[in-house]
Amino acid sequence: MRYEAPVSVKEASALLAKERGASFVLAGGTDLLVRMKGGFIEPDLVVDIKRIKPMGEVKKSASGFEIGAAVPCCKLGENSALKKAWPGVVEAANLIGSKQVQGRCTIVGNLCNASPAADSVPALVAAGAKVVIQGPRKKRTIPVEQVPVAPGRTSLAKGEIITAIQLPKRNPRSADAYLRFIPRSEMDIAVVSAGINLTLDSKGVVTAARVSLGAVAPTVLLVDAAAKAIIGTKLDDKALADLAAACSAACRPIDDKRGTIEFRQKVAGVLARRAAKIAYQRAGGK
Amino acid sequence: MSGVHVTTTINGDEVDFVCPADETLLDALRNRLGLTGAKEGCGTGDCGACSVILDGRLVCSCLVLGAEAQGRKIETIEGMADGEKLHPLQRLFISHAALQCGICTPGFLIAAKNLLEMNPDPTEEEIRFGLAGNLCRCTGYDKIVRAVQAAAKEMRGA
Ligand SMILES: Cc1cc2nc3c(=O)[nH]c(=O)nc-3n(C[C@H](O)[C@H](O)[C@H](O)COP(=O)(O)OP(=O)(O)OC[C@H]3O[C@@H](n4cnc5c(N)ncnc54)[C@H](O)[C@@H]3O)c2cc1C
Ligand code: FES
Ligand code: FES
Repeated sequence: MRYEAPVSVKEASALLAKERGASFVLAGGTDLLVRMKGGFIEPDLVVDIKRIKPMGEVKKSASGFEIGAAVPCCKLGENSALKKAWPGVVEAANLIGSKQVQGRCTIVGNLCNASPAADSVPALVAAGAKVVIQGPRKKRTIPVEQVPVAPGRTSLAKGEIITAIQLPKRNPRSADAYLRFIPRSEMDIAVVSAGINLTLDSKGVVTAARVSLGAVAPTVLLVDAAAKAIIGTKLDDKALADLAAACSAACRPIDDKRGTIEFRQKVAGVLARRAAKIAYQRAGGK
Repeated sequence: MSGVHVTTTINGDEVDFVCPADETLLDALRNRLGLTGAKEGCGTGDCGACSVILDGRLVCSCLVLGAEAQGRKIETIEGMADGEKLHPLQRLFISHAALQCGICTPGFLIAAKNLLEMNPDPTEEEIRFGLAGNLCRCTGYDKIVRAVQAAAKEMRGA
């Protein structure tokens, strides 16, 4: 195996594109090194992106936030402007692993590992986040939900690197929230999870919403029917019940030792309802 | 061996070593530099026995490549005492009997040191969450939490 730590994205992309063997981007390494050591992958080349300066920064601009692909999740929690604008994205990112894992792991690594249970991904999808991708020849920007295509597989082509995640500009009276169910209090993999992002008008009526679910299908789900169930409401009991029903109906989970199909369907609705209430309150609704 | 040549700072001293590109920092510390304080409990980021501080951040050295250490600053358990004088956490772990077999102890001490640097007055819950990445199969955690609380108190007073 070769290890390279280039200082520019162009160089990194060229190294990956040129390699004939198995090549991997290294961000925090909390998935990659586990897979290497377990013998699941045998890289010929590992390209560390942490020496690429802009990838280590969180930038705020008129169009929103841009989070560099090498920013460890601990830094998201320490960024008060980001936390204020996108509390759901930050709480999801900060749920990943322990303090030790937080010091290294990235949301882009979480996304590219393409686990159906990845914690930050439903929150990013609910947020309407986009990823900026640099390839050997061209740059493109796509919605987060188009990156994972199956468990462990992404839509990225050889030589393509995600350089950053873009979070849109925040409208007034908007907020997000993320909840997961795990049987322990920390350090576990989500059995079901839900992300909600919404905007209210001055009377507390939901005018826009995005609802996402994790760990209940091969890839993250964006549930339009669930968003429709709460748009135009003040999140009264009927709206919350419709939201929960739409979420349960959208699930296509597996049965495994972590949870049965029935349990996951039910809990998806419960978590969506609770997350919606949290987001509603954060957005200033009463 | 076609290795990577790494120059880095460990506990304030500049060191160099050569290691294969796929070798972990934990293996480089233990097998090339003779720093055997960090332990390998799991090798997969779950137990925290291999904890070190890398550029001010707590990390599992079993999930860091040795090659990544180039030009960085690393703190290990070997740098915690000041000569013969133990760090308050070390002293209070002993007096609180916060260890039995001791395999988890270097990791807990490094994690607790980093925790108190970030948050000098943590609640019990913050201590328990802060140390959730460190596993101990002997003590039942309670004595560890008490030792960290005592150290936090002493360090704030001092
Ligand atoms: C003890 C432990 C606990 C964990 N707990 C959780 C948890 O609670 N929730 C959870 O969701 N996950 C958890 N994980 C999994 C892991 O920590 C996360 O998925 C993390 O976000 C991965 O980020 P990373 O930067 O470490 O990725 P890496 O390991 O560096 O990379 C992961 C994959 O993405 C690719 N990649 C990384 N960056 C890019 C890029 N910029 N462009 C293209 N491809 C890229 C890599 O090549 C690799 O295939 C845990 C892991 C451990 C070891
Ligand atoms: S040996 Fe590194 S976390 Fe267990
Ligand atoms: S003292 Fe034995 S594992 Fe902690």
